[in-house]
Order: sequence, then structure tokens, then C-alpha cells
Amino acid sequence: MITVGLGLAYRQLTVLFKNPSLFLPPMLFPLMNFMAFAGGLSRLRHVPGFTFGSGYTAFTFVFVLLQSAMFGGVFAGFGIARDFEYGFARRLLVSAPHRSGLILGYAISALARWSMIAIVLTVVALAAGMQIGGNGVDVFGLYALGVIVNAVGLLWACGIAMRFRSVQAGPIMQTPVFLLLFLAPVYVPLALLQGWIHTVARLNPLTFLLESGRGFIDGRPTEVATAFTIAFGLVLVFGVWARTGLGRAERAG
Amino acid sequence: MRTLLRQIGLIAGRSLVRTARRPGTWIPPLLFPLMLMAINSNGLRAATHLPGFPTHSFLAFFVPFSFLQGALFASGIAGTDLARDVDTGFLNRLALTPVRGASLLIGQIGGAVGLGAFQALVYLGIALAAGVHIRAGVGGALLILLLAVLVAAGFGTLGLFLALLTGSGEGVQSTFPLLFFLLLISSMNLPRNLIEVAWFRDLATANPVSYMIEAIRSLVITGWDAQALLLGFGFAVTLIAASLALAARQLRVRMART
Repeated sequence: MITVGLGLAYRQLTVLFKNPSLFLPPMLFPLMNFMAFAGGLSRLRHVPGFTFGSGYTAFTFVFVLLQSAMFGGVFAGFGIARDFEYGFARRLLVSAPHRSGLILGYAISALARWSMIAIVLTVVALAAGMQIGGNGVDVFGLYALGVIVNAVGLLWACGIAMRFRSVQAGPIMQTPVFLLLFLAPVYVPLALLQGWIHTVARLNPLTFLLESGRGFIDGRPTEVATAFTIAFGLVLVFGVWARTGLGRAERAG
Repeated sequence: MRTLLRQIGLIAGRSLVRTARRPGTWIPPLLFPLMLMAINSNGLRAATHLPGFPTHSFLAFFVPFSFLQGALFASGIAGTDLARDVDTGFLNRLALTPVRGASLLIGQIGGAVGLGAFQALVYLGIALAAGVHIRAGVGGALLILLLAVLVAAGFGTLGLFLALLTGSGEGVQSTFPLLFFLLLISSMNLPRNLIEVAWFRDLATANPVSYMIEAIRSLVITGWDAQALLLGFGFAVTLIAASLALAARQLRVRMART
């Protein structure tokens, strides 16, 4: 299974590096969002009740980092759908001795791609003056959350891609993720949200991940156990979703 | 002149019908700005507590962004449709007919303008239903619709230029992030005087999109602001003129009669 996974991951990354059009948009979107949020909205730290010690740049960085992780997985799902549409995935299904390795391969390539995005984003954020209040363990915790969120995004998109086997399923992969992300406390802490969005954000599982990530970067870890339990729970649920999707693709032939 | 108008009418009709017949093309661009309006107007409501923020309703402040975002999506539709015409050879066949370049360009943006007008009506209707009060009154609301249509025509024409330049739908789509970036670095989320980071404020000030948003915003929350309106309409018309000139030049290359 690991051999299949590594082989497929190598192929995916080779395709990626040879096609800047596939690589650049997922890289540019988080940078653009980061610029827009950190540059355009930093005044929000003066809103009464906004208490985040590490500053607005760090506050917004956590959201953009987790967003890039999630969308890194979703964008990889486009690649899976494309492989099915062009018939390459069918040949993979025939040749792979352990087909679960295909999901592993796509997940490894998604993680490798997001790692590069995360590095660039972090460098840009630090250059923009981002303050990190947390220690090494806290920062590790933040990026560990990112890795898990990336896997969640990939497994969700993989399940869709293997069920629809067409790039036309792209909006189905993206839209729920986009909504879930933006129904979390994106611009201000949860306590400052009002009305229906506060209720929705309080129930949104991604809120716990976001609050936990912000706690890590601020050096005041919060909701850590809840966030990681939710994150691993999502991996489990969407792992089953992706595996059953693979089963559907196998039956479809 | 009559021939020209007839040609424009025929091509615009085709463009409108083509857009209307594919709900997958126009429903997402219609709904996405609405979703963002619903989320951001609540998510950023805390910004109204900032000293100097011009209104107590973030929805009223944010509504103009939806018009611009819708217009931007319309540019993708106009561009992708023309790129498909290039790709399928329709444009080459058209080159054999007496149709004029001007008719083709003005007609081709019919779909984008039609969608832009429809979007503007929907956004305005929803904003009013959600309790937004247009300070400039009925005349202001009509002017908002006019500006929204002009902006849609401007971005639509830009989409045509990109389609003629690249000749592929993918080429048009790949420029979308760059155009979207123009929206992000504008005064969409905060008034320029409240933007704290100097480089961002400078970029937003240099960005024509800021003035288009501020023109609509002025009608919603200030009333009649001649300077804001002149700048907004001025930049919208300039965008149309500049994009049309670029597209016409590119069209001459594409439709070279042999």
C-alpha cells in the first residue's frame, strides 16, 4: 500500500511542478487573502472586546493557514477528478495491488503541496511583522492542526471525486468547505460575533480548530483536546467517505 | 447605423440566450456574492463599533461589494463565451460575413450586461428586504443599477479582451485570481480612512475598484456625493473605453480577413 502511495504521490508532484497553472492558484489565493485580511482589516483589533495578544496579523494568519490547508486538500481533489475523467485513474485501479494506496498517494501529494504553501505563507507573514507568542511546542501544535485539516480536505474531496469522477464536481467539493470556513470566526473572535452567525460559529467544528490554532500562536493554548478530537474525528469520518468513494469507483470500473 | 444596431441586437440576443440557457453558468455567480454578503455583513459587524465608521449597518456598507463581485463573475462569462467562439471556429466563420467588429464586441457583452442587470436587481432587492435604506432615495437606487450595469459592461469587455488575447477559456479563467485581487485590495471591507496599514491604504487608493465601490456606497449610506459619483462613473466608463479599445485591436488580429 505504501509503495502504491509513494509512487502515485511522486507522479502527482511531478505533474504539479510541470504545470505552474496547477500550482500557482493554490499558492496565490492564501497569499492574497492574507494580504487583504492582515493589511485591510488590522484596524479591527481596536474594536472594543478584541483581545488577542499577538496582534491582528497573527490572528488572521491562523485562519489563512488552516484555510490553505483545507483548500490544499480540496484542490488535490480536482486532480483526482481529472485523473478519472481522462481515464488515468482506471489504469491505476487496474494496476494497483492495494487500491487504498491510491488515497494515500493523493494524500501525500496534497500534504507536500500544502507544505510548500505553508512555508511561503509563514515567511510572508513573518516578513509582514507577525508576532508569535507561543513556544516551539505551540507552533508545532498549530502546524499539526494544519496537517490534519489538509487530510480532512483531501479525504472530503477524494470522496466526491471518486463518486462523480468528473471535474464538474468541483463546486460540490469547494462550496461546502468555503461555507464551513467562513461560518467560523474569521475576522474577529467568537465573542464579538453577533446574531445568527454567532450561533452558527459556536456549533461549527472548525471554530474549535481555529480558536485552538489562535491559542497556539498566541502562547495561550485553548480547546486543544477538543480541537484535536474533532480533527481526528473528521479524518475518521471522511476517511470512510473516501474509502467508500473508492469502492464506488471500483464498481463503476 | 441601422445595420450596425441590427448586428449588435442579433449578437447580443445570442449572447443573452446562451447565458440564460446554461443555469450552471449564471447561478453560482449570482449566489456566491449573496452568500458572501450574508456571511461578511454579520462576521464584520463588529467593525461598525470603530470610531469614524460611517454607518451602524455593515450590510449597508458591504452591499456595494456584491455588485462589483457579480460584475467580475460576469467578465468571466463574457470572456469564456468568446473564447469558446474562438476555439470552435465560430469567430472565423463570422469573419466571412459582413458583420462589423464593433457589433461583435458590443453584442458579445450582451450576456454579461444582461446578467449584470439581473444580479444588480436581485442584490438591491435583497438588500432592501434585509432592511438597508438607500439614503439617496429612488433616484439613487436607479443610479446604483445603472452603475452596476456599467461596471458589468466594463469587466465584461475586459473579459472579451482577455479571451481574444489568449484564445482559450482556461486563459480567461486563469486571470480571474488577478482580477479578484483587485477587489481584495480595495476599500471593500473598511473605508480607506480607517485602513490602518499604509501600503494597503495606498494600494486601495490607487485601485479604481475602490472608487466604483465607494460611488455605490455613497448612494446607500451618504446620499448624493458628487465627487464619489463622478469618480465611480468615470472609472467605470474609462474601464469600458480602455477595454473596448484593447479588445478591438485584438479582434482585428483574430478576424484578419484573408
